[in-house]
Amino acid sequence: MIAYLSRRLLGLVPLLLGITLISFMVIHVAPGSPMDLLTDMNPDASPELRDRLAEHWGLDEPLPVQYAMWLKRVVVGDFGNSLSRDPRPVIDKVAEALPVTLVLNLMSLCLVMAAAIPIGVYSATHPYSRSDRVATVFVFLGFAMPTFWLALLCMMLFGVELAWLPVSGLQSLDYDSLGPWDKVLDRARHLVLPVSIAAITSLAGMSRYMRSSMLEVFRQDYVTTARAKGLSERVVVYRHALRNAMLPVITLLGLSVPGLIGGSVIFETIFAIPGMGRLFYNSVMGRDYTVVMGVLVIGAVLTLLGNLLADVSYAIADPRLRRR
Amino acid sequence: MLRLQINKTRPVSGHKMQGLVLAVALLALAGCKSGPGGNDAGPAADIDLSPATGDALLEGSIGDASNLIPMLAGDSSSHSVASLVFDPLLTYDRNQDQLEPRLASSWDVSEDGLEITFHLREDVRWQDGEPFTARDIEYGFKTITDPTTLTAYAEDYRQVSLFEVIDDFTFKVTYDKPFAPALASWNNLVVLPRHLLEGRDINSATDFARHPVGLGRYTLESWTAGTTISLRANHDYYRGRAYVERVVYRIIPDQQTQFLELKTGGLDMMGLTPLQYSRQTSSDAFKNNFARYKYLANSYTYLGYNLRNDLFKDQRVRRALTHAINKQEIVDAVLLGLGAPARVPYKPGTFWHNDSIEDLAFDPARSRQLLAEAGWSDSDDNGVLDREGKEFEFKILTNQGNDLRLKTATIIQRRFKEIGVKADVRVIEWSAFINDFVDKRAFDAVVLGWSLGLDPDQYDIWHSSKTSEKEFNFVSFADQEVDDLLDSARRSFDRQERKKAYDRFQEILVEQQPYTFLYVAESLPAVHRRFHGIEPAPAGIAYNFERWYVPAALQKHSLSPGG
Repeated sequence: MIAYLSRRLLGLVPLLLGITLISFMVIHVAPGSPMDLLTDMNPDASPELRDRLAEHWGLDEPLPVQYAMWLKRVVVGDFGNSLSRDPRPVIDKVAEALPVTLVLNLMSLCLVMAAAIPIGVYSATHPYSRSDRVATVFVFLGFAMPTFWLALLCMMLFGVELAWLPVSGLQSLDYDSLGPWDKVLDRARHLVLPVSIAAITSLAGMSRYMRSSMLEVFRQDYVTTARAKGLSERVVVYRHALRNAMLPVITLLGLSVPGLIGGSVIFETIFAIPGMGRLFYNSVMGRDYTVVMGVLVIGAVLTLLGNLLADVSYAIADPRLRRR
Repeated sequence: MLRLQINKTRPVSGHKMQGLVLAVALLALAGCKSGPGGNDAGPAADIDLSPATGDALLEGSIGDASNLIPMLAGDSSSHSVASLVFDPLLTYDRNQDQLEPRLASSWDVSEDGLEITFHLREDVRWQDGEPFTARDIEYGFKTITDPTTLTAYAEDYRQVSLFEVIDDFTFKVTYDKPFAPALASWNNLVVLPRHLLEGRDINSATDFARHPVGLGRYTLESWTAGTTISLRANHDYYRGRAYVERVVYRIIPDQQTQFLELKTGGLDMMGLTPLQYSRQTSSDAFKNNFARYKYLANSYTYLGYNLRNDLFKDQRVRRALTHAINKQEIVDAVLLGLGAPARVPYKPGTFWHNDSIEDLAFDPARSRQLLAEAGWSDSDDNGVLDREGKEFEFKILTNQGNDLRLKTATIIQRRFKEIGVKADVRVIEWSAFINDFVDKRAFDAVVLGWSLGLDPDQYDIWHSSKTSEKEFNFVSFADQEVDDLLDSARRSFDRQERKKAYDRFQEILVEQQPYTFLYVAESLPAVHRRFHGIEPAPAGIAYNFERWYVPAALQKHSLSPGG
């Protein structure tokens, strides 16, 4: 197992290098530069300000040199400072946005699993029944509906008309003066809408996956055997079928790890949440190379680790894979 | 420490409010014989409306601020927060016309216009208690003109050849040539506390940039990145403390969300979109809670022609294109009527706007005639004009992310088609748009906007020396008379003389049509009705923000001592 792990880990290094090289080239080759936001169409700015900014940020060097310099810093964990009007370290900016996105996505992922597995199992055990169809229509409605539209509708209904929940943001303005219990409650109230709306859109995929995976397993010989042994339907479904049907779902979970840190711009914009999506979008728009690269590298590392994690969980769930 | 406590009152929903108004109206009817009558003060009739300190204003902001050192800031959010924390030496009055004193109590311009002496107020202190002196301005001046400072605002200060501190509260600046925009340039960009910053690299002073010590109407209290920026009234402000105790900027990037927050009481003030202004805010419930304002913004949108392109070299062609565009139609369709057609690059209703110029009217027949005079005819009868075998077709470019400009371009496209001119509209992401098309002069026509400074100088945009790459006369407009006018007008401090020069400058622009000036949009702020003391003026509503107040009985947010 340890040999397997270290082999896999070593293999990640060239992969990661390739990813950074390609991302670095793509973002630098895209037209524009971090200077643009300040100097384009701004009669106050003198043309030589561009050159001074470029020099200050080391953008006057040839690209390969820039890449080498960047790589040298990153290897020791220094992502540099943001190339924007807010020149704080990249790592600080990511540290502000990451927890927000992570918590939100983790909660919505839990919600998705909590809803998708029962829906999927139910649909699979009652295939083509009326309730299966109703569930299918329901999850696909959620899937097909544009997030921003659904979000606005819910905000209008629960925020404005009924006034049950806050419209946007993550905490009330008087949050600091609340007691500990009220703080938790305040947070929870703010999270209800974003978490459930984020969950609704991915419910369809997950529940359909669960359903087809279950149906697949039901056709296997060992399920027939289990049934033939006279085991109760409950034991057959939950002990024998479900565990095996979970395998592909674990893969999906592994693949959704990078998704956990990548926020959605539209979603975060609508709910006024200062997460990774907006950070990344604004950095790309401002050609803030260091932040873009920082976010990409962190994302790439997490994706690769997520895949690895999925493979390892596979190995744990299925002993045959371990020996290969 | 004091903390904000929000009263646990629910926002008044539409129906309840209507009920309340109805009840009051009935009461008023019942007692109308004895009452004064004709007064629709409603429920507020016997409330004391005199100015009081306290309460908080929650304002919606599309973007987060980035840097609160004014000379390093590049975005409007940062500047609007910084303008509460730092005061300028002098500022334009409510009519955006004359300069009035702030940190400088007075100033003298020498006969020849080369020297300006500023006399500073002696009663101003930084928010940490240190006195504010001419040394602070000297530090600010040195910093902004230092080539290593990464500021976009150095140009006006580079014109200064000598900066002399005469005493603690007097300093003198000398220019090589008289420079009329100089006076107004002494704003808050050079106001920095020397005792806190001297000897530091200002570019990397991020602690100060995020927690500045200023001397303005408000003090920064806290800043949560991407969420809120809250400020408290500076009780020692030299012009008398602001009434509203707290200002909280809530960063909400989506205007729909802002609007929902406004309705639920999560915001007290926001800028409405034209659609929200005209379609979503006319209910009584909204009007009872919010006052809406509208005034022309300091910017205009235009269609600019690349004058290096053979198509547009002929003045008759440019005039023909302007005649083909119905500006009022664009205002009505794109801005839902909330704006004004533009004919010159100055804001209508201001001192510098030349009111006597007749704009080229919407007149397609005249367009066709002018184009025919220029040699364009539809010889192959395909609906598109041609000359020497070449069809009159070109591309109108605009930047991505500005829906108003795209709609404008589309309407123009349709109008051009009617006179036999084929225009394609292309939308391009900002950076690529500027770098690959505008800078390289590789465009035919663009729909873009300029914001207007309050000084009438437009040297950078229209002078023929400003046409190289990355400079702003990117349409390559060159006219000797305009060059002379712009030159002489920025060398004179005589308003009437300047006005005469700029009037003539505007006549030439209208005649030559290097741009088709399209429209000036209106700013549409909505503010909660409990705020009193708002006096709309050409400068908008925010210029006297420190005089806004909420009468004691109407205050919503109370301040109480807390942990």
